Amino acid sequence: MSLFASNISRILIPVLNTVAGNIHSTVSNTCSATCINDRPDCKTTCTLIPGDGVGPDLVNSVQEVFKAADIPVEFECHFLSEVNPDDSAPLEEVTSSILKNRVCLKGILASPDHSLTGELQTLNMKLRNALDLYANVVHVKSLPGVKCRHSNIDCVIIREQTEGEYSALEHESVKGVVECLKIITAKKSQRIAKFAFDYATKNHRKKVTAVHKANIMKLGDGLFLKCCEEMAKLYPRIDFEKMIVDNCTMQMVSNPNQFDVMVTPNLYGNILDNLAAGLVGGAGVVAGASYSIDCVVFEPGARHTFTQAVGKNVANPTAMLLCASKLLRHVNLPQYGEIIRNAVNKVLQEGEIKTKDIGGQCTTEQFTCAVINNLEFPCKC
Amino acid sequence: MASRILRNLHVIISSHYFMVVTVSCLCCRSRKMSGFLRYILDFKGANNIITKINTFINRIPEKKPTENIKVGPDGKFGIPQAAIDSVNRNKIGLKGPLMTPVGKGHRSLNLALRKEFNLYANVRPCRSLEGYKTLYDQVDVVTIRENTEGEYSGIEHEIVEGVVQSIKLITEDASRRVAEFAFQYAKENNRQKVTAVHKANIMRMSDGLFLRCCREAAKKFPDIKFEEKYLDTVCLNMVQDPRLYDVLVMPNLYGDILSDMCAGLVGGLGLTPSGNIGLNGALFESVHGTAPDIAGQDKANPTALLLSAVMMLRYMGLNSHADIIESACFQTIKEAKYLTGDLGGSAKCSEFTDQICEKIAKS
Repeated sequence: MSLFASNISRILIPVLNTVAGNIHSTVSNTCSATCINDRPDCKTTCTLIPGDGVGPDLVNSVQEVFKAADIPVEFECHFLSEVNPDDSAPLEEVTSSILKNRVCLKGILASPDHSLTGELQTLNMKLRNALDLYANVVHVKSLPGVKCRHSNIDCVIIREQTEGEYSALEHESVKGVVECLKIITAKKSQRIAKFAFDYATKNHRKKVTAVHKANIMKLGDGLFLKCCEEMAKLYPRIDFEKMIVDNCTMQMVSNPNQFDVMVTPNLYGNILDNLAAGLVGGAGVVAGASYSIDCVVFEPGARHTFTQAVGKNVANPTAMLLCASKLLRHVNLPQYGEIIRNAVNKVLQEGEIKTKDIGGQCTTEQFTCAVINNLEFPCKC
Repeated sequence: MASRILRNLHVIISSHYFMVVTVSCLCCRSRKMSGFLRYILDFKGANNIITKINTFINRIPEKKPTENIKVGPDGKFGIPQAAIDSVNRNKIGLKGPLMTPVGKGHRSLNLALRKEFNLYANVRPCRSLEGYKTLYDQVDVVTIRENTEGEYSGIEHEIVEGVVQSIKLITEDASRRVAEFAFQYAKENNRQKVTAVHKANIMRMSDGLFLRCCREAAKKFPDIKFEEKYLDTVCLNMVQDPRLYDVLVMPNLYGDILSDMCAGLVGGLGLTPSGNIGLNGALFESVHGTAPDIAGQDKANPTALLLSAVMMLRYMGLNSHADIIESACFQTIKEAKYLTGDLGGSAKCSEFTDQICEKIAKS
């Protein structure tokens, strides 16, 4: 019965969309549903954090593309940084801006190995905790035209990112002996498990894999696993499986196509995000997003500041552009998001303009120009 | 009652050269011991693979088994004293995979062995094998993992209901020990570079301490290059270009994850040897599962255990013997005539073994 209902809705929704499109496009009947003549009157405001390393260059690229595509989004730029504390805006200012706008585009913030003040929490952690950005979603998908060892990878890694190893609770009990606490709570584990299953349901995914190390951390990861198992019972139409993290990385490099949606505690998510990004072309091509209950921060999926490339104009803006495209979809400007994504895909597929990380020789600027040249507006009515 | 759990440890001591310890367990014939039945089936898998390899090692020329020690634990899981004494006497052991029953409160036998012999460093060389094609070629990395503390400290408690804290323990002594071992290993094996893998940007004190110990060790070995990399960066780069890395040294959990990942790059745990270096001896082992599904079918791939034996020979300074066995093994895989099922062939374990023995006899 429910299958029948979902089939009906699948058939009906495009029809309804077309109808809605037609209502809007009263001026011209030849317009398709993706027409951009329902341009909103007011601009959407969005917080922008350029980040460290090549972040400012990438953000610049996004802004240029936005300008060229005439996208009705206004950025509220705040520079936030842990490595350059003098230039950094205060955290409170940034969080209040994000809370107000409820959406943010963020570059990567560098986390140095030690802080001058001896603080254990990094700025990234503080931002995530302040906004309660508990779920990090990274959709890893093979891109057209980017040559990699594996093809057709399509998995989503959902990572809890407010507790676990990133709790910043450490102490030296006696000299030369350091204890570092990893905190796992039932509440947050349930929350992320629910998020993962909801995501899977909403995006028509088939399977959720919980990644853990409960054979060693029997209580901590055991609790996480138990929460996932309990949640799985509430979603009988989605397959559930568990995998130990070391086996998971091994499977990931040998047979990545078996994965669909993965849900992980904090550190394992960090590992898998990067590993999976490596499989599809590196940190420069994977977009991600962090969700709280009321705001979303869009940021690249694999977090590298790529400091060695600062000023060299070689960084790949693909990840940032894809983030921006997702952001547009989120703020209900899906047509614009589509335009940017199509342009990026087209440039990658043609393969003439490629940055160094995916085997080309072109600069960030050239890539950005190519994307701008490939912006295709379905119709300008 | 002799049939309830027969053998738990099987020790073969060969001539003057070396001793092979294989921990194995035989199936119980009596179905009455239902409580143990499942574990025993798992152990049976281990046993069958082991037996193959035992016979295999016995057949390698020049090495004659002289002593077999059989010990029964009388229904208790644990490492029998005779085995411990044996390793203590000989300082070196070789073992097959062990299965720990999950969720029954049994302490992992692997963990017990580690504790008993103070095995502080786990070494796993991963090398692409010619003849077995994977998506990654030119992999040649060695992961060295701190094996006694870190996330595996086993200290966990539920503070209030629904809140668990697990303690990761990093000590200066253990970190320094493994860091120095890594550089020593690099030097002895003509490696160019040691990379410390850490997450000190997140765990500033604990991983920071580990990193500091690595830096200090690096100063003592000025001819070996040293670099520091974040765990996530290593994961990302490793799958893009494995040639970037040489010897990797890291705390426990990261080592666990990375060593399995590297094994995945070259074709799985069935091909990667492993050695545990300790204060009171060294234990070489294959780290793959016990594969109960193919037990007794003469299908298992003995490469991992054989290469572990090769590592063991090198550790004892018997490099010429090691080279002979190793090249025979590589050669057999390269020729691809007798490959076991996991490598896409259809040969039996014994055929594969025969082939290697033949090559050894010729050389």
